Amino acid sequence: MPIFFREPAWNPLRELEQLQRRMNRLFQDTYGPERVPWRAGVYPLVNLSEDKDHLYVRAELPGVKAEDLEITLQDNNLILRGERKIPAEDKQVNYHRRERESGFFRRIVALPAQVKGDKVEATCKDGVLTVKMAKPEEIKPRKIEVKVA
Amino acid sequence: MAEQELQAKAKEEVPAQGERVRPGRVFVPAVDIFETPETLVLVADMPGVTGDKVTLDLKDNHLTIYGEVGPPLGAGETMVDQEYYTGDYQRDFHLGSLIDQSKIEATMKDGVLRLVMHKVEKAKPRKIEVKVA
Repeated sequence: MPIFFREPAWNPLRELEQLQRRMNRLFQDTYGPERVPWRAGVYPLVNLSEDKDHLYVRAELPGVKAEDLEITLQDNNLILRGERKIPAEDKQVNYHRRERESGFFRRIVALPAQVKGDKVEATCKDGVLTVKMAKPEEIKPRKIEVKVA
Repeated sequence: MAEQELQAKAKEEVPAQGERVRPGRVFVPAVDIFETPETLVLVADMPGVTGDKVTLDLKDNHLTIYGEVGPPLGAGETMVDQEYYTGDYQRDFHLGSLIDQSKIEATMKDGVLRLVMHKVEKAKPRKIEVKVA
């Protein structure tokens, strides 16, 4: 009978390597820096990002209306307060599941720099709040020239 | 209802079922499901999903909702500090009662999907008479 494929010779070292890789993956998946991104533990969780001229703070606030949100800028802290209301359904209804939560929230987000209050825009779209702040001139990237002595 | 403070929660990811074509995470949206005598209503939190990016699939009694989110950052932005991840939303349900496929209303507002499904009247039992030949 012809041999269609031949198994490579057994190599115990390779098997060890494989095991090590798998163990590494397991630890990464469980404890890795990727898995637990949230540190503040205060609602709402926010993402802070930047581009050349702006700082952005984003938060997921599904179902929160603009009038129930209160955003304050205090020194270099951004304060997000508000309430998530879930309108009451008809008295007749019976619930199968009730996982969505309502309540109020108050959070301070420390900004990496002082921003000017008049250059802040907040928009709420599809349940995601975006606060866009203009960076002050002092922290914008600047080119430093090297002088030839 | 007493005033209560909202607790921060990390979003729950959908357990992997085969590989997906689009890279990225998929999360389980929080839902409320309730019934009225005529309808079954499902409300799901899917922040970042616009109305045209929601896919609803109802096959027999199996309902799948899927919401696709756009990129989390604008052009030229870099993340400085990330506390939550963004990704699509997916959830499957087996519906207990039969649903009229032609009468499903779905609305998306402020990242909240509301699905109103009308129940079908159970097929009435028919009596079959046996004729005597």
